[in-house]
Amino acid sequence: MSDIDPKDLAAFAEQADAWFAENVVRDPGFMLPLTFMEVGTDQQFHFLRDWQNRVWEAGYLGAAWPKAYGGGGLPQAFQAAATRAMRKHHGPIMLNAIGINWAGPLILEMGTEAQKAAYLKGILSAEDIWCQGFSEPGHGSDLGSAQTRAVRNGDHYVVNGSKIWTTLGRYAKYMILLARTDPSTERKYDGLSFFLMPMKAPGIETVPIRKLTGEHGFTQTFFTDAKAPAEGLVGPEGGGWKVAMRTLEYERGARGGQAGGYVSVGANAFDVFELARRTKRGGRPVLDDPLVADEMVGFLMEIQALQLNGQRTQVPELIADRPQGIPLASKLMGTEMSRRLNDFAVRLTGARGAYYVDDPDAVDNGLWARNYLNSFSATIGGGTSQIQANIVGEHVLGLPKS
Amino acid sequence: MKDLGRIGFSEDQATLLEVATDFCHRRSPVATVRRLMEDELGHDPAVWAEMGDLGWLGVAIPEAYGGSGLGLAEVVPLVEQMGRRLMAGPFVSTTLAAQALLAAGTEAQKLEHLPRIADGEAATVALGEPDTDWEPDSIAASAVRGADGRLALSGRKVLVTDAGIARRLIVAVRLDGAPALVLLTPEDLPEGALRRETVIDETRRSFSLALDGITVAADRLLDPERAGAALEHLHLAANLLAAADMVGGTQACIDYTLDYLRTRTQFGKLIGSYQALKHPIVDAYTRYEQARSHLYSAAHCFNEQGTGEIAVRMSKASADVAYSFAADRSIQFHGGFGFTWDCDAQLYRRRAIWHAAQFGDAAFHRRKLARLLL
Repeated sequence: MSDIDPKDLAAFAEQADAWFAENVVRDPGFMLPLTFMEVGTDQQFHFLRDWQNRVWEAGYLGAAWPKAYGGGGLPQAFQAAATRAMRKHHGPIMLNAIGINWAGPLILEMGTEAQKAAYLKGILSAEDIWCQGFSEPGHGSDLGSAQTRAVRNGDHYVVNGSKIWTTLGRYAKYMILLARTDPSTERKYDGLSFFLMPMKAPGIETVPIRKLTGEHGFTQTFFTDAKAPAEGLVGPEGGGWKVAMRTLEYERGARGGQAGGYVSVGANAFDVFELARRTKRGGRPVLDDPLVADEMVGFLMEIQALQLNGQRTQVPELIADRPQGIPLASKLMGTEMSRRLNDFAVRLTGARGAYYVDDPDAVDNGLWARNYLNSFSATIGGGTSQIQANIVGEHVLGLPKS
Repeated sequence: MKDLGRIGFSEDQATLLEVATDFCHRRSPVATVRRLMEDELGHDPAVWAEMGDLGWLGVAIPEAYGGSGLGLAEVVPLVEQMGRRLMAGPFVSTTLAAQALLAAGTEAQKLEHLPRIADGEAATVALGEPDTDWEPDSIAASAVRGADGRLALSGRKVLVTDAGIARRLIVAVRLDGAPALVLLTPEDLPEGALRRETVIDETRRSFSLALDGITVAADRLLDPERAGAALEHLHLAANLLAAADMVGGTQACIDYTLDYLRTRTQFGKLIGSYQALKHPIVDAYTRYEQARSHLYSAAHCFNEQGTGEIAVRMSKASADVAYSFAADRSIQFHGGFGFTWDCDAQLYRRRAIWHAAQFGDAAFHRRKLARLLL
């Protein structure tokens, strides 16, 4: 990347700031989802799709992706500035999360020229929504045992089986699909292939799943003799495991190249701190309780540490001993902290922690309980915390496989 | 929300980190650490001399007083690597004494003493007292001005590290009701004033200092106007350097445990393959990375009013939790061997306890942070 003229970057950041200041809709008149995993109504879907499209058209999404595929062709620092402006003005989330954060970067890295030309622009514009077909009802964390079959038949594969936890499954035009093309390999991993799979095709049915929060957002996807075009293969037939593992690196943020923006607006420690400051119990500030204060300080230290971890990865000398350590452990640290933090927030509300969304006496309309229940999506999805601990133990600390 | 600090890393820090990593690794293998634990002096004078030659004692001393004019931010990587190798010696004591002189010494005192310290003469600070609550101004020892202008000291200081070899001791006392700092030399101390203490960290040499009967000339008093601020500064500097030692120790302790988990077999499997051991060591590791991030933020922001104190307290508190947990689990995960003297896990655990007991443990610093932040 050529050197960045700081004046250009500053001008770009200023424009982005002004654009988000003007274009962020404060109150759309209905509840927006906190993460891309809980888009439950058509109203939410269309609002967010339109929002992402406008952000992209304005040049503030995909700014660092190549121009040929709908990007801005600029250095990463420009996208980072745009994302900062988005966050500063509390813009809604980017809807097409799987596309912009992991399918897209993967296609950019490993896709054929035809695939890049066909898919990347639609990912940025949100015209083509993407979903992910990795987990199966019988195989969640144990991805390598996937049983959904894909059998070659001329210019396509015939797919049968079922995938679960398909976020945006109802709306998706494409799926990144991990399927078994050869059930007879000695190592189970060698029989898997990775497809870019059209979803609007005969033989594909999506059934909504109701989450622990009571909302919808996921589907289970059933394949009955559905056709996957052979040109949708990423990597060679039988080489799907490697591609899937690379996809997970993008998903977990252990590898860069994402289009930008953010896909969840979960509460952070500073939001909970703000809640703590305005919460009273028996007429007294809850932070007067030294036990509550101690816990609050602990969370502020922890979120500060995670921010500093991110800054430290930019200093090679300070991560020399285990360069992959912080990137590979960041999902584990971040999601577990978020879960505990939201639990703390519910407890802060005292007796009113007993209410749930929509009760007039609920604090912040039950946001904190909903946040807490939703926080498990991150400690379970994308590889459970227990799987993450295995990854850190094995790939960072060099321990033998469990 | 107040500014909580940020990472910054200078070229000087990078250079010193690289040099210290190699030096401490070579000069303080664990066999040497254990030999020096049994030795009365407790450190290797040749290694101390080499540190002087490397200029480490003058890192945080201005050029005008014989140092190289950097700051405590540059001392942090040195102490981190010393802690990693459980290194013994009066480096931190001496550095803190120099900080005391810089913060409250008169020009004459700085000119007289700092170049000697930068040159390699050991020094120390005597801050602790038997019943301390870790507040820097909780001082019972006192100085009284006599008719001849001399200062008569009384009371007792404890946990004075390296007092047996220090050529200068900066002692916190109360004078006319206010905190004050007095410089002593070994010649001022009557026979028996120093008693070597039995402390949990056996790599350390620590002493109690009986002040009763000691009198010194008035020019040994550091600037009384600046003594209170100097004590605050020393409190934060001591915690910053303790955190550095602890972060280095945490890393080494985790590595030591990992070696065992990768080589020890039980029930036909390497024990590191059991998740009951794997997951807690990952916990220890993530706490370590967080503690190290806090450390280098504290080093970078140390001189910033407000933010420096927040970052240092966060650093010491997170280092205490990380080190204590890593070393506690290290003993446990070594099984029967972990219960023996020969297992190094106890060395780390003892050092972690020492640091928690000095200048405030994690709960103390979180309580201070609650006042600063909430």
